[in-house]
Amino acid sequence: MSLHLLELEDVHTNLTLKAGVVRAVDGVSFHVDAGETLGIVGESGSGKSMTALSIMRLLPRSGRIDSGAIRFKGRDLTGLSEDEMEEIRGTEMAMIFQDPMTSLNPVYRTGWQVGEPLQIHRGIDVRASIAAAIAMFKKVGIPEAEKRVAQYPHVFSGGMSQRAMIAMGLTTSPSLLIADEPTTALDVTIQAQILDLLRNLNRDSGMATILITHNLGVVAGICDRVIVMYAGRVVEQGRTEDVFAHPEHPYTWSLLHSIPRLDADDREPLKVIEGSPPDMMRLPSGCKFQPRCPFAVEQCAKDEPELRDVRGHLARCWVTQAGTSLNGSVDAG
Amino acid sequence: MSTAPALVATQASIRQTRIHLLELARGHPRVILAGSLVLLLFLIALLAPFISPHDPIAVNADNAYLPPLSPSHLLGTDELGRDLFSRVLWGARVSLPVAFVAVAVGLVAGGVIGLISGYFGGIFDLLLMRFIDALLAFPALILAIAIVAALGPDLRNAMIAIGIVAIPVYARLVRALVLQLKHMEFIAATRSLGATPMRIILRHLIPNLLNPVIVQVSLSAGFAILAEATLSFLGLGAQVPTPDWGQMINTGATFLANDPWLAIVPGAAISVTVFSFNLLGDSLRDALDPRLRS
Amino acid sequence: MPAEAVASGLSASTWSAADPLVEVRRLSTWFPVRSGVLTRTVGQVRAVDGVDLTIRQGETLGLVGESGCGKSTLGRSILRLIEPTSGEVRFKGQDMLRMGPAAMRRMRRDMAMIFQDPFGSLDPRQTVGDIVGEPLEIHHLARTRRQRQERVRELLDLVGLAPSFVDRYPHEFSGGQRQRVGIARALAVDPTFIVCDEPVSALDVSIQAQIINLLERLQEKFNLTYLFIAHDLSVVKHISDRIAVMYVGKVVEVSSARELYQSPQHPYTGSLLSAIPIPDPTVERGRERIILKGDVASPVNPPSGCRFRTRCFKAQPRCAELEPPLDTVRLGDHLAACYFPLG
Repeated sequence: MSLHLLELEDVHTNLTLKAGVVRAVDGVSFHVDAGETLGIVGESGSGKSMTALSIMRLLPRSGRIDSGAIRFKGRDLTGLSEDEMEEIRGTEMAMIFQDPMTSLNPVYRTGWQVGEPLQIHRGIDVRASIAAAIAMFKKVGIPEAEKRVAQYPHVFSGGMSQRAMIAMGLTTSPSLLIADEPTTALDVTIQAQILDLLRNLNRDSGMATILITHNLGVVAGICDRVIVMYAGRVVEQGRTEDVFAHPEHPYTWSLLHSIPRLDADDREPLKVIEGSPPDMMRLPSGCKFQPRCPFAVEQCAKDEPELRDVRGHLARCWVTQAGTSLNGSVDAG
Repeated sequence: MSTAPALVATQASIRQTRIHLLELARGHPRVILAGSLVLLLFLIALLAPFISPHDPIAVNADNAYLPPLSPSHLLGTDELGRDLFSRVLWGARVSLPVAFVAVAVGLVAGGVIGLISGYFGGIFDLLLMRFIDALLAFPALILAIAIVAALGPDLRNAMIAIGIVAIPVYARLVRALVLQLKHMEFIAATRSLGATPMRIILRHLIPNLLNPVIVQVSLSAGFAILAEATLSFLGLGAQVPTPDWGQMINTGATFLANDPWLAIVPGAAISVTVFSFNLLGDSLRDALDPRLRS
Repeated sequence: MPAEAVASGLSASTWSAADPLVEVRRLSTWFPVRSGVLTRTVGQVRAVDGVDLTIRQGETLGLVGESGCGKSTLGRSILRLIEPTSGEVRFKGQDMLRMGPAAMRRMRRDMAMIFQDPFGSLDPRQTVGDIVGEPLEIHHLARTRRQRQERVRELLDLVGLAPSFVDRYPHEFSGGQRQRVGIARALAVDPTFIVCDEPVSALDVSIQAQIINLLERLQEKFNLTYLFIAHDLSVVKHISDRIAVMYVGKVVEVSSARELYQSPQHPYTGSLLSAIPIPDPTVERGRERIILKGDVASPVNPPSGCRFRTRCFKAQPRCAELEPPLDTVRLGDHLAACYFPLG
């Protein structure tokens, strides 16, 4: 594959706050190809949402992409003007957010909102855009679509609102959909419906999807490849089966061992990750995960490791790069 | 008197933690400025008997209508030869206590009403709020005038009247805050521990109400000063010969053409005082609002 | 009558440790829906609609369901933080709903609650020491100030917080630490029974395990009984001995945790289990999926008969006629309210 659909190269996004500068995205590189679903996993403060906002160039006023390249279909998005970005957003790239109830404008009918991208970018009239909205509603599985397009968002339930959001994102048949925690605010049975929908859309249209989540189960279900982020950096990256079968970064390993599993039969205490998520204003020297790492050695506090190939996928860890395998180790801490 | 400014800050202020005075002062020079002004006013009121150059009620017909900057009369004299500077200083001894008492009456009575209404709800809320609505039906000053007229024109009744007029603001503010706090999880948590309603009100509700209420108190004080001056201007407050700013404006008004300072001097005193309290209220509100702080 | 309610007629004088600690019978909590200028009551939200439940001493009963199922309301109704509309709640044989305020206050020494929101459940104007010490004050459990301070330090230590935290304020701590403060507060009265209302849902994944382990350790140490309310069935299955599944105000299935996963009877339980993603690609992608249609039914106007029938893939006409009672399916201790269970 010569050209990736989306390619990030050493992107640095900084947030300038009153208390100091936060390196929210600190040298992140990855790529997404057409037709695949990439998962970005991390907890609060990991930088996963900021990465998505950087790609869409929807950063808050305090944020700025200070260096690096974001190439979409060959064009570097960091150099484009706001007008050029607006053209791309809504036609070729779409984003859906966590809370569907607040993502829709309460004073406009849903059909009108969902058809709006077509009005803006394709210049079609309102009537035609509503017709397109009806078609989209059917595609995303909203029943009684003709009736629903005339309703206001507050009538919609959580699941239906999220479907409407997905419909809005898809009206212009974008090549890339970024979904930032699209199911976190939803009940689990509704979550299953939405993930099923995303999976089908991905398969039928060849659209690429970036799915941002903290839920490893969701990643295991629908992502082809996964990126694990911690403190603004990518710490592990690779095909989902590989990363889950043999995690090569202690953070990924610890996460997998600390979540209670439905199919686990024992009642053993969960393996715990000591400490708390990092304070982005006061990051430790060396490896950022080192203070909480059960496998840390002396070198980890001194130098920060690079992202290198470890047994088939990438990981940022001195210990595993040196050859030690984490699998099967009871917590060494 | 408006509750809107104070209420806007309440949403955020409620979840505030204890703010130390020093921390407040360091980040907000306006608070220091306003605080100093108010402090100065209190000192003037307190020390007026010692710092006045003349006896404020001493009549001296020969020296009447002296303009400001006359020898030994910094701000001139009035129609009866009384030193205006001394009268202004002594006037503070009337206005400030009145403002204090009035705000205290409004705060305590209104606060209790708001607490009961908000916390217990139901029939209490219904009846008490209708009572408050009745009070609010009258324009504030008109109501104050009516009360004083009914009770008899003197300073003490003016304090009561202004206090009564201030009740609705506090009742509504406290009620709104209590309604909001009531649903917070830490109140449910305290109930689950077996705390009595009294304990919840005293230990948990009141401390979390302080910030918005303090802001309102500063703003009310400004209004109370103005109200007192108005009542006295109309002859319903301080009576002759007590030196009082409003009363001074009343007499001074007749001489506006030739000797304007007789009215301007007390008018300026009122303006400065009201401004100081309003500035204090405003700056405290900004200082205590966590959104503006970060 | 459901098995859960058979042990009726127990009173405080005949209660012993072998009897259920908490017995809930036909408990309903309805909230009026008001509308119009005169705020007339136009309907009722039947948040909890006729629930029977027993909780034995020393066990953890998990309570799961999605939003609107009433699990949180049920937990609070049992503790009388919300007044139930009808029904019976017996704690150690005593009828709680008929108690006066003084007796209820005494009762609260034996039960406590841990809340979901670590940010909202602590008074921002109190120090950690005050917060944890307050139950001691309310119930006069420490004779001197020194004793109280000792006990507070002891409690902080139990939950893994440094004793130096006593003078700090909640806003200085992380979510996980605040949750520990909440747990310390709950333990202060030395309760027998603790209702945990979504205690880890608001925490980061890496912190959840810490809190879950802490709760389990404390249970073992003090022989606590938990009602563990959560929407995450993986967490609930891990910590619970038995699980009750709720849907729109009713309990639809009760069984041991293991059996619930291995042989769910109620179609809703089946779809709930099938919907929960498992962090293992090979397992996850090979699973049989039950995808429900439609949205959760409304608690204001639930469907006639079985409430789940509008989304149920096994629904038959019979399901609309009469609501199936909880013991329609009875396999030992495993109960399910369904005419056509999964089997």
